[in-house]
Amino acid sequence: MNQSIKKQIQSLKSFFKKKLLSINEDKGEITITFDQENIIESLRILRDRPEFDFKQLIDLCGVDYQDYKIAAHDEKRFCVVYHLLSLKNNQRLRVKVFAEDDEFPIFQTMTEVWPNADWYEREAFDLFGLMFIDHPDLRRLLTDYGFVGHPFRKDFPMIGKVEVRYDPTLKRVIYEPVSIDERNNVPRLIRDEGIHRG
Amino acid sequence: MRVSIVAEIKNYTMNFGPQHPAAHGVLRLVLEMDGEVIQRVDPHIGLLHRATEKLAENRTYLQSVPYMDRLDYVSMMMNEHAYVMTIEKLLQIKVPIRAQYIRVLFDEITRILNHLLWLGAHALDVGAMTVFLYAFREREDLFDCYEAVSGARMHAAYYRPGGVYRDLPSTMPQFQPSKKQRSSEINKLNKNRSGSLLDFIEDFAKRFPTYVDEYETLLTDNRIWKQRTVGIGVVDPDRAVALGMTGPMLRGSGVEWDLRKKQPYETYSELDFKIPVGKEGDCYDRYLVRMEEMRESNKIIKQCIEWLRENPGPVISNDNKVTPPSRSEMKEDMESMIHHFKLFTEGFHIPKGEAYAAVEHPKGEFGTYIISDGANKPYRLKIRAPGFPHLAAINEMTKGHMLSDLVAIIGTQDIVFGEIDR
Repeated sequence: MNQSIKKQIQSLKSFFKKKLLSINEDKGEITITFDQENIIESLRILRDRPEFDFKQLIDLCGVDYQDYKIAAHDEKRFCVVYHLLSLKNNQRLRVKVFAEDDEFPIFQTMTEVWPNADWYEREAFDLFGLMFIDHPDLRRLLTDYGFVGHPFRKDFPMIGKVEVRYDPTLKRVIYEPVSIDERNNVPRLIRDEGIHRG
Repeated sequence: MRVSIVAEIKNYTMNFGPQHPAAHGVLRLVLEMDGEVIQRVDPHIGLLHRATEKLAENRTYLQSVPYMDRLDYVSMMMNEHAYVMTIEKLLQIKVPIRAQYIRVLFDEITRILNHLLWLGAHALDVGAMTVFLYAFREREDLFDCYEAVSGARMHAAYYRPGGVYRDLPSTMPQFQPSKKQRSSEINKLNKNRSGSLLDFIEDFAKRFPTYVDEYETLLTDNRIWKQRTVGIGVVDPDRAVALGMTGPMLRGSGVEWDLRKKQPYETYSELDFKIPVGKEGDCYDRYLVRMEEMRESNKIIKQCIEWLRENPGPVISNDNKVTPPSRSEMKEDMESMIHHFKLFTEGFHIPKGEAYAAVEHPKGEFGTYIISDGANKPYRLKIRAPGFPHLAAINEMTKGHMLSDLVAIIGTQDIVFGEIDR
C-alpha cells in the first residue's frame, strides 16, 4: 500500500469516524460505504474539504446485487456507486450507498453537490428503477419512449420482454411479447478462487 | 388612439434531429427558442442504446472485447484498452513491455484517427468542406495500420487481457495489379508499403506534421472559422471540473489534467510529450488543443517506433490461465491443449472483487468498472463514457447562443453516440 493511500485512509477514518460503515483498500483503490443518513452532507464534505477535495464526480452507477448477496452489506439489493476524482490531490475514491428497501429503492440526489449527477441519476433510474429524492427532472434517459420496466435489473431477461414490428393491416408499428428464446452458449460458472482460474 | 402592432412573441420549441447531418449520429434535441436565441436544450438520447453492459454480463470476458470496439466507433482500440486494463488489474497479471509499447503506439494512432474525424466533421458543420476530405485521406493510411495488425479496418479486437493479439507484422498488405489502374500507379501506391508495418507508420509519422500544418493554414487564421468558434461555448475551469468534463474539453478551459501524465499507465511515464492547454475555454481553444495533441501524438508514435525496432520480445503474457498458448505448443503439449480448450469454452475466471481503470481517451477519461463475483463473466460492467457528461452540459453551454452556434458546440464536444448511449 503506498503512502498517499495510507494517508487518505487515515484522514477518512479520523474525519468520518462512525459515519463510515466500511472502508477497505484493494488494488490501490479505496472503497468506502456510507449510510443513507446524512449522505449529502458527507459527500459535500468530501467535495469541499481541502484534504479530500473531490471536485469531480467521474461516474455514478447503479448496481443490482440480487444474485451476489454480500453479507457485509446485509444482503441489500440495490446500491449506488460514486467514483470521485480529486484533481488537486490526484486521488480517486469509490463511495457506495445501499438502499434500505429492496422493493422501492430510494436514494438522495447529488445534483446539488455535482451538477453532472443529473444525467447519471436519470440513467440509474431508467436502468435500475432507483428513485432519487428531490431530483429536478427524473425522466427516463436511455430507453425508448414509453418503455416499461428497468432493463439492467438482474430479473429482467436479456432478450427483453417486447419486440416491435410494423403491422401492415393496422398500418402502424406495434409491440408484441418476444417470440425468441434466450440463448446462452456459455454457462455462468463460479470457481473457487485460487484453485482454478482458467 | 394608438394601437400596438407589436405582437407578443412567445418562445417556441423546435425539434433538431434525430436525423440531421450536424447531429453526429442519432441525437435528438428539443430546443426552446426565443427567436433565434436558444433558451433551453433538452437532449433526447438513447437511440443507439444497445445495452452493452447488460450483454457483457452474459458473455465471457474475452467475448466482450469486440463489443468495446463498437462503443466509441471512431477510437476503437482505446475502448478495448480501458476494458483489458481493468481485467488485468483484477487478475493482477503483468503485460510484457513490448505489448505495452504496441498499445501506446496504437493508442496514439487511434487518437490521431479520432481527432481527424472530429476535425473534419467539426469544420464541415461550421462550413468548411475541404478539411473533411483531407482528414479522410490520412485516416485511410491509419486504417491500413489497423488492418495490417488485426485484419479489420475498424473493429480490431486487437488488445487482449495480458497483451495484444499478435506482434506487428513484418509486411504490409499491398495493392494488387488490376485492369483499371496502370502498373506504374500501383507501384507508386505500394511504394511506402514495401517494408514492415513499422516502416509504414514511420513514413506516415514523417509526413503527418506537414498535414497538420495544412489543416492549420486552412482554419487557424481563417476569418470565418474564428467568427464561428471564438467566444462560443465558453466553460470556465471550475465549472468544467464540476460538470465532469475530461480530456480536451477540460484542457481547453485551462485545466492541466491528462491521465497519461498524472496517473501514467503502460509506458507513458517513459515517453516525452507535452500537454497542450487552452486559455479561454471556447470552441477555438479546444480546437487548438486538439490540433496540438495530434502533433504530440505523432511525437509519441515516433518514440514508440524507435523503441519497438530495437526491442523484440513477447507481446502477450505467458500465463496460460488467461492467454491462449501458441498453436505449435498446442499440437505437442497436452496441458496447452487443455488450456486452449478451457479458455475458449469456459473462459477465465476473475476472483471476487471490483476495479476501475481508466485511460486518456481522445475524448476524455474512458473507464470501465467491473464487479466480479468469481465467475467467468462480469457481474456488472459499467462503462464510463467521456461524452456522456459533455453532452449533459450542452444545455449550459448553449444557453443564450444562436441556433447556428449549437452546431459548433456539438462539433467541439466531439460527440459519438456509440459511447454515450452504450
